[in-house]
Amino acid sequence: MISRRQLVAGAGAVLALPSARAIAQAGPIRIGMLTVKSGALAAGGRQMEDGFRLFLSERANRIAGREVAFMVADTGGQPALAKTRAQELVQRAGVHVVVGPVAAFEALAINDYLQEAGVPFLCASAAAEDLTQRRINPWFVRTSSTSAQPCHPLGEYVARDLGYKRVVTIADDFAFGQEQTAGFQRAFVASGGTVVRKLWSPLNVADYGSYIAQIGEPDAVFAAFAGANGLRFLRQYAEYGLKQKIPIIGAMTTVDEGVLHSMGDEALGIVSAGWYSAALPGDANRRFVTELRKETGVDPGFYSAGAYSAGLALENALQNIDGKVEDKQAFMAALRKVEIADDPRGPWRLDSYGNPIQNIYIRKTERKGGRLVNTVVKTYENVSQFWTYNAEAFLSAPVYSRNDPTKL
Amino acid sequence: MFWINGLLNSLAFGAILFLLAVGFSLIFGLMRVANLAHGAIFMLGGYIATSMIGFGFLAAVLAAALACAAFGGLVERSLIRRLAGRELAQVLGTLGLAFIIADQCLLVWSGDPIAQPAPALLRGTVEVAGVVFPAYRLALIAIAAIALAAIWLLVERTTLGARIRAAVDDREMARAMGIPVSRLFTTVFCLGAGLAGMGGALAAPVMSVYPGLDAEMLPLALLVVILGGIGSLSGAFVGSLLIGLIYTFGQMLLPDLAYVILFLPMVVVLAARPQGLFGRHMA
Repeated sequence: MISRRQLVAGAGAVLALPSARAIAQAGPIRIGMLTVKSGALAAGGRQMEDGFRLFLSERANRIAGREVAFMVADTGGQPALAKTRAQELVQRAGVHVVVGPVAAFEALAINDYLQEAGVPFLCASAAAEDLTQRRINPWFVRTSSTSAQPCHPLGEYVARDLGYKRVVTIADDFAFGQEQTAGFQRAFVASGGTVVRKLWSPLNVADYGSYIAQIGEPDAVFAAFAGANGLRFLRQYAEYGLKQKIPIIGAMTTVDEGVLHSMGDEALGIVSAGWYSAALPGDANRRFVTELRKETGVDPGFYSAGAYSAGLALENALQNIDGKVEDKQAFMAALRKVEIADDPRGPWRLDSYGNPIQNIYIRKTERKGGRLVNTVVKTYENVSQFWTYNAEAFLSAPVYSRNDPTKL
Repeated sequence: MFWINGLLNSLAFGAILFLLAVGFSLIFGLMRVANLAHGAIFMLGGYIATSMIGFGFLAAVLAAALACAAFGGLVERSLIRRLAGRELAQVLGTLGLAFIIADQCLLVWSGDPIAQPAPALLRGTVEVAGVVFPAYRLALIAIAAIALAAIWLLVERTTLGARIRAAVDDREMARAMGIPVSRLFTTVFCLGAGLAGMGGALAAPVMSVYPGLDAEMLPLALLVVILGGIGSLSGAFVGSLLIGLIYTFGQMLLPDLAYVILFLPMVVVLAARPQGLFGRHMA
């Protein structure tokens, strides 16, 4: 005997069959993330994964009505391994899109391969300028920024609003630190400031004492560090008693929330610029911060925000093409036209080079509710990677480096 | 000003290097084992100290030193011992151990850098000859000097020290004379690992503790030992001082060549005096 209820359920199943089969044939949307789980970059890798997983769990693991198969590969922070992992994701797992990686040198190591393979590459953190400037890969877009994008407005702010005229810069001696410093210098000098001296410390320098001793007596020090280096530099700077004497101006990652929770009084009062702050008002950000704090216990920063935005960008693009991720051309075209209104960081859209046009926030570290936060003190709206400069003129000049724009 | 500051910085950094390298040098001199896990033990000491800071700074340093010494003993008994005389196996074994320690640290203490506060008494700055210098770094120099004196007394003035010296010079003869060389190995390994752990704990307020610290420090320890000579206390002392000076002034005077300058003296020493400045000829 078949009960009435069973009959109805059976009929429902039969009716649902065709569409279910269509989706089963297509399978899930396969997303491969390149992250770092070991070594010095592991903290950033974990934060990036946290941000993306939060996005997926908020969507119950579905984007544009389709299920998501999310795969994570560990690059160990090594360019060669990043390439192997990217190949595995593409050739073995057949991912539709690669999200990540953590470091710029990893992104550069896999960019050519993903371009040849024609795989959409959604970069959530690596900020190397030329990825969206002079070495364009049509399959590449990013959700973070170029290195110098937040530093241009910062340079102007420091000269005009803070009135500092003479600045010494110190930065990690690799592309990220050099590009940040160059961007700051260009805008700062254009606004009437002078960069007195540029100091470069090796990425794995054990002690900043000898650099701190060379700072002299400028109006302020511009410090551009990534990862743990910001923490180490700021502590040693305070240790030398300079904190009360010469204010620090920070690049985004110097006082990023990802490392800010490990800091103490040495970080208080530092003015910095970034495309995100966990202290931003607005519902989208408050929800994002609350949810991630439940997972991790600390405020999200650069890596988590960039990866969460990558999720939003994927969703935006896939909704516009009805989830048909298999149509690579259409998917990529949609990805390049992404516009997000309710991102935690505020609204942003991609320029024609694949880099976000977004708000840049001038932030000041303060202690609120027992923890350090980057309070927003000024907003530069809709800042492009080219700042106020003409894009073609910008691109015809060499890429920012140690000695460019000006040798010092 | 410039020179005094640089000099003090060199001494403070040299002090950290000495605590790290002296254990490495003793172990190598006695056992002919290049313990590539030495940097990882240094980092482990730093991490342990950050977890124990609640009991006070001194207790944290002590706990780190003891824990690392015990760990060193365990490693010697279980791993190093089995690899005796097989150099490649020792290198690979200790390197593998370094990776394991680093990965476990990542698991326990996460990848976030941990800032260790200096003891309250030493948090300020001191003015030395017109130069403002962090008090804690001055204390580091003093601690390293005390450690140097203590180790010198141990090696030169005690029976244990005499046995160590005898075994460094001629292991077979020492054994034939009835010196318990096997137990000596464990003792020295404990001592070396404990010193590295203490070094990591003492360096934590200056350098913080973070993944990758091990890989930064190990090459510096190797430099010190190659420069100063293997198994020699005065070699480790002079080597640390030299590397501290070269490191600091190299960065100040020729920042573009900071790393070349660091390794240049090593190349010269290896070419002209392969046993190191204070090393003895090895058969």
